[in-house]
Amino acid sequence: MWKTVFPYMLSGISVGGQYALIAIGYTMVYGILRLINFAHGDVFMVAGILMVYMATALPLYITIPLVLLLTSLIGFLIERTAYRPLRSAPRMSAMISAIGVSYTLQNLVLYATGGLNQFYPKIPFISDSVRITGATTTMVTVITPFLTLLLAGILVMLINRTKLGMAMRAVSKDFETSLLMGIKIDRVISATFVIGSFLAAVGSVLYFTNYSTVIQTSGAMPGLKAFVAAVFGGIGSIPGAVIGAFLIGICENLIKGLDVILFRLGLIAKPLGLATFSDAFTFALLIVILVVKPTGLFGEEHTDKV
Amino acid sequence: MSALIVFAFYAAVFIAEQKLPPTSMLFTVLKKGAVYALVAVSMNLLNGFTGIFSLGQAGFMLVGAYTYAILTIPVAARASVYQYFNGGMIQFTVPFVVALLLAGCAAAVFAWLIGLPVLRLKSDYLAIATLGFAEITRAIFQWNQLGPLTNGSNMLRLFPIFNDFNIKDASGTVAVYLSTMMPMLIAGLCIALLVLLINSTYGRALRAIKDNEIAAEAMGINLASHKQLAFCVSSFFTGIAGAMLAMYQTSVQAKSFTSAMTYEILLIVVIGGVGSVTGSCLSSFLFVACSEWWLRFLDEKQFINGFEVPLLRNGFRLVVFSIIIMIVVLFFRRGIMGTKELPDLFKRRRAKEATPHD
Repeated sequence: MWKTVFPYMLSGISVGGQYALIAIGYTMVYGILRLINFAHGDVFMVAGILMVYMATALPLYITIPLVLLLTSLIGFLIERTAYRPLRSAPRMSAMISAIGVSYTLQNLVLYATGGLNQFYPKIPFISDSVRITGATTTMVTVITPFLTLLLAGILVMLINRTKLGMAMRAVSKDFETSLLMGIKIDRVISATFVIGSFLAAVGSVLYFTNYSTVIQTSGAMPGLKAFVAAVFGGIGSIPGAVIGAFLIGICENLIKGLDVILFRLGLIAKPLGLATFSDAFTFALLIVILVVKPTGLFGEEHTDKV
Repeated sequence: MSALIVFAFYAAVFIAEQKLPPTSMLFTVLKKGAVYALVAVSMNLLNGFTGIFSLGQAGFMLVGAYTYAILTIPVAARASVYQYFNGGMIQFTVPFVVALLLAGCAAAVFAWLIGLPVLRLKSDYLAIATLGFAEITRAIFQWNQLGPLTNGSNMLRLFPIFNDFNIKDASGTVAVYLSTMMPMLIAGLCIALLVLLINSTYGRALRAIKDNEIAAEAMGINLASHKQLAFCVSSFFTGIAGAMLAMYQTSVQAKSFTSAMTYEILLIVVIGGVGSVTGSCLSSFLFVACSEWWLRFLDEKQFINGFEVPLLRNGFRLVVFSIIIMIVVLFFRRGIMGTKELPDLFKRRRAKEATPHD
C-alpha cells in the first residue's frame, strides 16, 4: 500500500514546493497591493521560455543566473508599466490590467514560438535519477522541498529582521499611513515584485526539469493553483502560502493516482478515470476553505468598519 | 431615436446578407459578435450593475452549449456522434426554442447551486471561487464516466446550426439568407429583456447593492435574494449565449471553454465601459472585428518595394491586439462609453443646443 502511494506523495512534495515558490509571489503582492497578480503565472512561463532560448546559445552556468536576473527585471517592468499608473484607480482596474498583461505575455510567447512545444534543456545533476525506498524519481524531487524551505526561511528572516521587511509589513498593514510615515512606497512595491519574480524563476527551473515541455499556456494552471495555495494558507502570510502549496501539491498527485490506489486496495474493479479531477479537486478545496474559513489556514481575521 | 438606429442596423444586416457573398468575414464577425455581445451584457449585469465580480462565465456557457447540443442532435445521427458510448443515453430531440430555453435554465440552475455558498464572499475571493467552479464544471463534463450523456472528452456535433435557418426554395438553393439574422435576433431579444430588467425596480436595487451593500441592506434590500437573482438571470442568458456559440462553432468540446474565454469577455466588458449595455455591444463587435478580421494583414508577410517588413508573421496580430488592449485599459479606463447608454448620446447634444448664451 505504501509502495503504491509513495511515488505520488514524492511527486506531490516536489510539485508542491514549486507551487510554493510561485505562491509566495502571489501572497506578497496581494498582501501589499490587495491585487491578484494574474500575470505571475505567465512570468513563471516566460522564465521557462527564456531558459529554452538561452540554453541553445550559452552554457548552463551562465544561463541559470541570467534567467533569474531577467525574470526579476521582467517582474519589475510589469509593475512599472501596468500596475503603477493604476495605483489610485479602483481595484478592479488593476486586476483587469493584470489580466491584460497575462494575455499580452501569452501572445508574445505564442508569436515567438509559433505555438510549437519547446523542450526545456536537461540540467545535469538535478535531472539525474535517484531511488528512494524503491521509488525512482529525479534529483529535483529531493532538492525542491529543501530549496523551497531554505528560500522561504530566508525571506521570512528578511521580512522580520531588515528595514525593507519592516517597510513591507507596514505597507501591507496600512498603505496610506506608511506613505505619511515617509516609507518609499515605490521602492517597497518594486522590491516585492522583484523578489516574487525571482522566486518564480527558481520555481520554473525546478518545475520544467520535471515537466519538460513549455508552451505559452504552461503558466496558467500552475499560476492558478499557486494562487489557490496562497488563499488556502491565508493570503498575506508567507508560511501559509508554503504550507498551502505543499498540501495542494500532495493532494493533487494523490488524486492523479487515486484510480491506481483504489484498484490496488481492491475497492474498485476497473479504473474510473478520476485523474481528470486532479485540477478540479484543487478548486473544490479552495471553495471549501473559502466557505468554512475565508481567511485561510493562517490568515488574520479582518473586521470591516462601516 | 435609438430605437430607429437599432432598427436601421438590423435592416442593414438583413440587406447585406442577401447582397454580399455568404463567406465574407463580415458575417463571421457579426455572428460571433452577437454571441459575445450577449455574454458581455450578462456579465455587465453582474459586474457593472450589481458589483459581483464573477469569472465563471465560461462554465455557464459550457453548460448551455452542452444542454443545447445534447437535446437537439437528430436521433438518427446520435449513433455516429456517441460512437464510443453506444449511441448515448438521450434518444429524443426537442424543438429549437425549447432547447435554447432549457440551455438557459440548466445554466441558471447551476448558477443557483453555485451561488448558495459563493455569493457571500468578498469580490476577489468571489472571482477566484467562480473561476474554480468553472474549472470544476469543465472537468465534470470531460469525465468519461458521464460519456453516455456528454460524450466524455469527444466532440458533440451534427446539431442544428445557423446555416440551417436559411430558407431554401424547391431546388435546394438558398432563397433568403437568415444565418446571420438569427443570432442577431436572438441576442437582440435577450439583450432587450436584460435592459428591461436593468431599468426596473430590481435594476435599481442591484445598482444600490453595487454602490454600497451595507447602505442598501439598511434601506431594506434583501442582499442574498437580489444577488442570487442577478446571478441566475445573468447565467440564464450566458447559457443561451453558450448554445449560440455551439451553433456558431458547429461542434462543442468541453476543453475549449477555458478561463481564457472568460478573460476575453471581461476585457470586452471593460473596453466597452463597465455599466453600459451599449458599450458592451459595441466593444464586442469591435473586439471580434479587430481580432478576427481587421488585423489579419499583420499575420502575413508584407513587402514594400520588394523589401520584406520585419516582425510580420503568424501571431503578430494577437501581439498588436494585446498591446491595443493594454493601452485601452491603462489610458481609457472608463471604456468607450463609460456608463452612458445610446439614448444619452442624443440627450447631450440637445441639451447643448438648448443652453442659452448669457
